[in-house]
Amino acid sequence: MMNKRELELYIHIPFCARKCAYCDFLSFAVPESTYRDYMDKLIEEIYGQSLCFPDSCVISIFLGGGTPSLLPADLIGELFAVLYGCFTIAEDAEITIEANPGTLTMEKLEVYRESGINRLSLGLQSADDMELKMLGRIHTFDDFLKSYQRARQVGFDNISVDLMSALPGQDLHSWKNTLRKVMMLKPEHISAYSLIIEEGTPFYERYGRDGEPLEEEGVFSQRDGCQAKSILPGNDRERYRELPPLPDEETDRRIYHMTRELLASQGYERYEISNYARPGMECRHNIGYWTGVDYLGLGLGSSSYIGGYRYHNETGLKKYLSLDLREAGAAAREIQELSLEEKMEEFMFLGLRMMQGVSGNEFLGRFGRNMWKLYDKAFRKLQDQGLIEIEAPWVRLTGRGIDVSNRVFSEFLLD
Amino acid sequence: MAEMDQNKIRNFCIIAHIDHGKSTLADRIIEMTGLLTSREMQSQVLDNMDLERERGITIKAQTVRTVYRAKDGEEYIFNLIDTPGHVDFNYEVSRSLAACDGAILVVDAAQGIEAQTLANVYLALDHDLDVVPVINKIDLASADPDRVANEIEDVIGLEAHDAPRISAKTGLNVEEVLEAIVHRVPAPKGDPGAPLQALIFDSVYDSYKGVIVFCRVVEGTMKKGTRVRMMATGAEAEIVEVGYFGAGQFISCESLSAGMVGYLTASIKNVKDTMVGDTVTDAMRPCASPLPGYKKVTPMVYCGLYPADGARYNDLREALEKLQLNDASLFFEPETSVALGFGFRCGFLGLLHLEIIQERLEREYNLDLVTTAPSVVYHIHKKNGERIELTNPTNMPDPTEIDYMEEPIVSAEIMVTTEFVGAIMTLCQERRGIYKGMEYMEETRALLKYDLPLNEIIYDFFDALKSRSRGYASFDYDLKGYEQADLVKLDILVNREEVDALSFIVHGASAYERGRKMCEKLKEEIPRHLFEIPIQAAVGGKIIARETVKAVRKDVLAKCYGGDITRKKKLLEKQKEGKKRMRQVGNVEIPQKAFMSVLKLDDE
Repeated sequence: MMNKRELELYIHIPFCARKCAYCDFLSFAVPESTYRDYMDKLIEEIYGQSLCFPDSCVISIFLGGGTPSLLPADLIGELFAVLYGCFTIAEDAEITIEANPGTLTMEKLEVYRESGINRLSLGLQSADDMELKMLGRIHTFDDFLKSYQRARQVGFDNISVDLMSALPGQDLHSWKNTLRKVMMLKPEHISAYSLIIEEGTPFYERYGRDGEPLEEEGVFSQRDGCQAKSILPGNDRERYRELPPLPDEETDRRIYHMTRELLASQGYERYEISNYARPGMECRHNIGYWTGVDYLGLGLGSSSYIGGYRYHNETGLKKYLSLDLREAGAAAREIQELSLEEKMEEFMFLGLRMMQGVSGNEFLGRFGRNMWKLYDKAFRKLQDQGLIEIEAPWVRLTGRGIDVSNRVFSEFLLD
Repeated sequence: MAEMDQNKIRNFCIIAHIDHGKSTLADRIIEMTGLLTSREMQSQVLDNMDLERERGITIKAQTVRTVYRAKDGEEYIFNLIDTPGHVDFNYEVSRSLAACDGAILVVDAAQGIEAQTLANVYLALDHDLDVVPVINKIDLASADPDRVANEIEDVIGLEAHDAPRISAKTGLNVEEVLEAIVHRVPAPKGDPGAPLQALIFDSVYDSYKGVIVFCRVVEGTMKKGTRVRMMATGAEAEIVEVGYFGAGQFISCESLSAGMVGYLTASIKNVKDTMVGDTVTDAMRPCASPLPGYKKVTPMVYCGLYPADGARYNDLREALEKLQLNDASLFFEPETSVALGFGFRCGFLGLLHLEIIQERLEREYNLDLVTTAPSVVYHIHKKNGERIELTNPTNMPDPTEIDYMEEPIVSAEIMVTTEFVGAIMTLCQERRGIYKGMEYMEETRALLKYDLPLNEIIYDFFDALKSRSRGYASFDYDLKGYEQADLVKLDILVNREEVDALSFIVHGASAYERGRKMCEKLKEEIPRHLFEIPIQAAVGGKIIARETVKAVRKDVLAKCYGGDITRKKKLLEKQKEGKKRMRQVGNVEIPQKAFMSVLKLDDE
C-alpha cells in the first residue's frame, strides 16, 4: 500500500433541481429516469478507467456537481460498491459529497455514512432568505438548519458550508449576519466565495463582466464580438433587471478581509483564497488540485490530470450516454500533454492560491529547476508592488496580492 | 523603331476624380488595342499593387504602350501615361501631365464634376494639354449624360456635346475614345537631331537593372551607351538599355527619340539621383537649359514609426530602405522616444502617403507598428534669429526662446451639394479656415474655397467632410505657404510623467478642447492598474485638463478546482497577451493603439 501512487477521484453528477442564476457549472435539470441511465454509464466508465490504475491508491474522493444529493440513496450506495470494488481506497481517504439543503433526507445521510462518505459539503450560500431567493436557490436557511442537524445526528463530524459574498445589494452588515449564524453551528470547514459573474448566466445578462448593467438586449454580446442571443425569456429578464447593483470593488474587498478576521477569531484559518478550516480540517482533496496530485475525473465533463496529461471528458449528456466506455479513456474528448514549462506555471499559480505559498525546495525537487532564478524578475517586481512576500524557501501572496491575484499569477506564465 | 513617324505617336493620360472609372477605361483601351486578350487581363492592369487594387486608387504612375489600327487604316502608337489619383501626389501628377500632349477627361455620368476633376483639368490646361472629355458609366440607372455634358461646358468651358458617351465597364462606345485620341490629341513635336532633353516622370527600382527611369524625350535621341546627366541632381551614368512599356513588362529597343515615351536604365543605384521632374541630357552634348517645372518634393507630414516589438528595429529600417528605393519622396531618419524606444521619424507627402507606407510596412514586411500622431512642418523663429523647421513636436524649444511660429497653409477647394454648404462651412470654420469664396457650379452644387491650416486637415478632415456631407463632398488642396499662428505644444502626462510620443502642436485657442478630449480618450484606452493614474494635458507646464484611471481593487478568481484549471489558465494567458501590446512609460503600461488615438478626436 505504501508504495502505491497517490490518486484522487472526482465524480461529477451534473444534475440540479433547478439552475441557479449565477451558476455556469455543467449542470441541469433532467427527468428522474435519467439518473439511472447516467449511473449505469458512470459505472461503466469507472470499470473502464480503473483498469489503468491497478497500482494507485485513492486518497480522496469528491462527489461533486450539480447536486449529487439529488440522486436517490440506492444509486449512491451502488456507486460506492463499484468504487470499492474497482479501486484500492486508502483507509483514511477523505470522501466528500456535495449536498444541497432541501435534498437531504435521513435515509440518504445514512446511506452516505454506510458508503464510507466522511465529509459533507453543504451549499448554503447565504443565511438570508431574500438573498437565497435572489440567487435562485431552492432552499431557505431553515431548510439548511434541518439538513445540518440531521447530518450531525447521523454522525458527520466533518462538515463544510459553502457561502457566497458580494451578492447583489449586499452590505457588510448582511454578510456579517450570515457568517455569524454559520459560525454558531461550528462547522469544521467554511468556503466563502466572492461572487463571480460568469458569462452565459442570468447574472451576466444583468451585470455584465465588470458589474456594469447591460442596457439593451444584444449589447452585451458586442463586447465579446459575437452575436449571442439573450438566454433569458422576457419575463425573467425583467425580473433580473430589477436586482440591486453589485457591491463595488471596495466593498467587495472589505467584505473579503472582514471575513478572514471574523473567521480567524473563531478558530478558522484561511488556507486558500476562499477556504477556511479549523486546524487539520482542510479539504485534502482540493489541496491535491493546488499541489499537483494526480486526479482522475469520472462522469460528464469531468477533468483529469494523470502523469502530466490533462483530459477533459465529453460534455454533452446525450453523447456521453451513447459512448462505449468499457475501454479506458473512451469518455475523453480532449487530451493535452503539459510541457515542463506548463507544469511549472501551474505549480506557481495553483500553489500560490494557498496561504502557505509555494516552496522553492519543492520546486527544485519536482522540476530540477531553480525557482528563484527562473522567476527572479517576477519576484522582484511583485515584491516591490507589495503583492508577494518571500520567506525562504516560501513565497506567498500578501493580502493585497490576494485581491489582485490574477495579475500576480499572470507574471508566472513563461514565454 | 528608328524610322517611326512622330505623326503616328499619341502621348496622353487619363484624368478623373476618384472612382469615375479611370483605371477601367485604361484597361479597356489596352484590351481593345489588342495587346492583351480578355483572358490575360487581370482586372485593372495598371494598378499593380494589391493596395492600389483594394483602395481603387493609383499610387504610382504606370505607363503602357499599345498599338491601335485606326479607321483611317493607319497604325498609331499610344503611350498611355497613368497618373496618381490623389492630392498627396499632385506634383507627380503634374510631371506625368508634362510628359503628355493630351488628356482624356473621364467624368462620371451620374456624379458629374468633382473637386478633383477640376483640379486635374486646371493642371492639364496649365500644361497646355488638349483635353478630350469622355462621359463614363452611361449604363448606370442614375446616369444623366446630358446634364453632365452641360456641366462640362458650363464649368470647364470644354465642348462636350459630341464627347464620347461610354461605359468603360462594358466597353460600350470605347472605340469612339480611341478615334478621339487619334484625331484630337496632337502628335508630339521635337527634333531627333537636337541635343538630348528628356523629362523624368517616374522611376522604379529593380534589383537587377537598378533604377528604371521613365521619361519623355522632348528633344534629341538617346540610346545604349549615351552618357547621360540628370541636370538637377548632377548624377551621371551611361545608358545600358532603353525601351518602351509593354503591358506589365519592359521591352527594350534601339533608341528613343523626340516625341517618344520610354525608359532608360544605367545601373543607377538610388532613385534620389533620378528625381521626378528632372531633365535627362547628354553629358557630352548637353542641351542649353533644363525643362521647366522641376521642384524638389518635400514631405508635408511627419510622424514617428516604431516597431511594436523593439527587437525588430533593424527589420523596420531595412523595410523603409527598400520602400525608399522606389519612393524618393519618402523620408526617414532614426529617432528615439522615451515611451516608444528606437524608431524613425518619417516624412510623407500627405496623410494618404503615410497610410500607404504604413500599410505596406505592415503587410509586405509583416511589421507591427506603433505610429505617433502626424505633424506638419512648423517654422519656428527664435528670438536669437535662428530659424528651425520643426518636424517632431518633442523638439519644440522652450516658449520663452520663441519669437513667433509659422504653420503651413493650403488653399482648398471643396465641391459640395448646396444642401451641405452650411455644414461644410461650419467644419471649415472649426478648423480655422479662412473663407475665400464660393462658386455655384450649377443650381445644386457649389465650389467652396478656403485657406486652411494643413495641421487642421491632416488628422481627420477628410472623414469629417464625408460624414458631414453624407459622402457628397469632394476635396482638393494645394500648399499655399506659411503663415504666422498662435501655436502651442500640448503635452500629455500619464501618472505625472510626460509621454513624449503623445505631445502635439495645436492652435492656442483649441488647446483646452483638444487636451480635454485627449485625456478622455486616453482614459478609455489605458487599462486600470494597481494604482490610480492621473492623465493630464498641459501647455507650458500648466495643467489644462485631467482625467483619472481608477486603481484596480479586485482581480481575483474566487474558485479554482480541478475542472477549472485549463480555463483559468487561458484567462491568465489572455491577460499576459494583452500586456505584450503595451508600452511601459514609467510604471504605467500604455496600449500601443493609444498613441494613435489623437487621430480620432472628432465627435461627429
